Amino acid sequence: MRARYRSRFLEITGYGVLVAVVAALAVALLAQTVAFAQGPAPTDNEVNRIAKQLYCPVCESTPLDVCPTEACRQWRELIREMLADGRNEAEIKQYFVEHYGPQVLNEPPNRLASYLVPVVAFLLGAFLLFRGFRMWLKPSITEADPASAAPVRDPYIAKLEEELKKQK
Amino acid sequence: MIANLGFSVLFISFLVTLYSVFAAIYGERRQVPAMVESARRAMLLTWPLLTLTAGILIYLLVNNHFELQFVYEVTSRSMPTYLKVTAWWGGQAGSLLFWSWLMSAFTSLVTLRKWDRDREFLPWVIVVSCVTMAFFIGMNVFFENPFAQLYQTFDGVAAHTFQPANSILFTPEDGRGLNPLLRHPGMVIHPPMLYLGFVAFVIPYAFALAALITGRTDDRWIRLTRRWTLWAWLFLSFGLVLGGRWAYDVLGWGGYWGWDPVEIAAFMPWLTGTAFLHSVMIQEKRGMLKHWNMLLIILTYSLVIFGTFLTRSGVLSSVHSFAQSAIGPLFFAFIGLSLITSVALLIHRWGSLKSETQMTSLLSREALFLLNNLLFMSILVVCFWGVMFPLISELFTGQKVTVGPPFYERATAPLFAALMLLMGIAPLSAWGHSTVKTLGRAIWKPIIGALAITLVLFVTYTQKVGALIGFFLIALVILVTIYEYWRGGYARQRSQGENIFTALWNLTGRNRRRYGGYIIHLSMMLMAVGILGIEIFQVETQGTLAQGESLSLANYELRYKEIAQWDDLPSGVNYRRAVVDVYQDGEYLGQLAPRIDYYYDSQQNMTIPGQRSTLKDDLYVLLVNWEPVAATGATFKVYVNPLVNWLWLGSLLFLAGIVVAAWPEKETERVAVRAKARVQQQTSAAD
Repeated sequence: MRARYRSRFLEITGYGVLVAVVAALAVALLAQTVAFAQGPAPTDNEVNRIAKQLYCPVCESTPLDVCPTEACRQWRELIREMLADGRNEAEIKQYFVEHYGPQVLNEPPNRLASYLVPVVAFLLGAFLLFRGFRMWLKPSITEADPASAAPVRDPYIAKLEEELKKQK
Repeated sequence: MIANLGFSVLFISFLVTLYSVFAAIYGERRQVPAMVESARRAMLLTWPLLTLTAGILIYLLVNNHFELQFVYEVTSRSMPTYLKVTAWWGGQAGSLLFWSWLMSAFTSLVTLRKWDRDREFLPWVIVVSCVTMAFFIGMNVFFENPFAQLYQTFDGVAAHTFQPANSILFTPEDGRGLNPLLRHPGMVIHPPMLYLGFVAFVIPYAFALAALITGRTDDRWIRLTRRWTLWAWLFLSFGLVLGGRWAYDVLGWGGYWGWDPVEIAAFMPWLTGTAFLHSVMIQEKRGMLKHWNMLLIILTYSLVIFGTFLTRSGVLSSVHSFAQSAIGPLFFAFIGLSLITSVALLIHRWGSLKSETQMTSLLSREALFLLNNLLFMSILVVCFWGVMFPLISELFTGQKVTVGPPFYERATAPLFAALMLLMGIAPLSAWGHSTVKTLGRAIWKPIIGALAITLVLFVTYTQKVGALIGFFLIALVILVTIYEYWRGGYARQRSQGENIFTALWNLTGRNRRRYGGYIIHLSMMLMAVGILGIEIFQVETQGTLAQGESLSLANYELRYKEIAQWDDLPSGVNYRRAVVDVYQDGEYLGQLAPRIDYYYDSQQNMTIPGQRSTLKDDLYVLLVNWEPVAATGATFKVYVNPLVNWLWLGSLLFLAGIVVAAWPEKETERVAVRAKARVQQQTSAAD
């Protein structure tokens, strides 16, 4: 009878130890998972890297990383918290755009529209200048020497003649 | 009483400028020289009148007359006297008056010159200058009166020019004080320099319009205003550099230029002004591009007014605040009217502005100058579009957006690089005609030299492609410029038997414009070294340190030593000053003391960096208030800005270059040059 109880005790104790070990392992694993999710606290440099690309929603033309106002200090802390929560750069920027409008980004969302006009203006200017050059150069050739108005086949010969003319 | 006197004198100045406009037009149309002379004298009177107005305002500023709204807003009892004086241009109303006062000084100087040969220009120069001045004085008289006083009525306290019924004068105990950011030597000099540049550009514009109206469209107006343009350019350039230095020292973000719309507003007239300075040379030498030069000076003038409009109308914060501001729509209308009138006049005289000669070579100096103009105009479009895009977006889509540095940097970098390349090539090309061969013969040595320098930098300093391209271009321009100097000096040494230093000195003295221009090119390249350094190689870090802890960046180490905090009650400032020990590669260099100044009157902080500047780099340390600053922990932001000092050194050389280029030639020299030219002409005719 005693032996039966003894074996029963050992059985329970064995289960207990097993449960305890499993529980300890589970807790350790959970703690590790939580720690992994939170990660080390984001540094000021990590916060600044994102804040630099955002503008203060209330001040004019002031990047968030250098804005001295209390509001901006809180926004930088918000970035730090979001980084700690595992959010990435794009998500944080998106959060700011959703809450404060696209003017918090340091570039317009529609990049094409912003770059199109300068590029077109430059090309147009270059085209007009090129046309101007051609217009200016043409009459000077025909007026100076009618012979040179004839199509020149070999650019090397043309250049040679030009140099010879200068020698004279 | 004194305020009323100030306003009265201001109002009289306004009437005098209007009289000057009408007398000049009447005198010219009816051919009554006495009326034109009367207009000239009226114009001369504006300066003493506005000086008196300004004197009264300064008196009120210095003597704490806080019953004036303007004095209340920009000064406080704790401010030192010199800052109370400079607070004149620290607010809207005062800065508009400052604009008018400088403008009157310039117009007075212009009218004091001898007009014998150019009398036909006089009435129209008076008209254009005085219309501009009347506009600005009118702004002060009707909308932004610096002499408006605070009155207490049943509805509360408000500013009025004239005392309302049932009111008493309200005098606050103390003023709000000048924005601390403006309490800096850089800010004391920076606005006057910019404004001098702005108003000085009105003079060549006035002459250009006079030329268009009178039909005397030869290059006389350009020759008459060449020096004015140069001085205008000097002031504007120096104003921009001083603004950069102020930002570097005061704003606490480790840089000098943030592509802020206010900065760009001043940069745009500089771009067209610089294009104009180059392009007028083509008209002087070759009689070409007369339309274009007119258009450039018209644009420069419009951008000067536009720049003032941008910064003064509130349009930058929102298109809606612009519409609500009293002066915004008026500015807009003035810019529109002056632009339309000027362009209409240009079209009217289009036929008489035809080129006298034709372009003969794509590699000639004039063709390269035209390319230079294209690049300057393209940079202008980038800047203009960058400033306007948020407004257009808000107006049409209701969506506010920001156009920040990435856009400007990406869009302008290739254009600036192309400009540098041109700066390297153009001095070697000839007016009229150049070929690939002649140009190639002149440039191959500097190219080899520049490549060698770039190679050395590649091995010893950087492997970044962008930086290497930049350094190559800088080296090319510097070598080409030195080569040009040396060629001229050597030729003079041989022909005149002078030693090389005397030859170089005399060479510069005989052709100040050309060699002054080369000095400016060299200075621009030194500035480019600084810009390249900070743009490409800047590094930064930030950390919160306890006493004794250290932070490392590049080869520097900073150790937080101590912090002190105290009140300077007479100045109304609280100082928090940290001391850090600086080490480089383990070697102790000294201490830096970044601080935060808190101004009680305006309740604002100012972040003053601790700086250690060398030609190699700047160590720039800021105390930032991310955490409460204390001995137990203070947050430091540290930048290493390589080569940035070259930017400031370059600006000093730039100043020297402009002085050389704009220095008046001695009459005897001019006579000698003309006599020599005549002798040469006669000799060649005899041959």
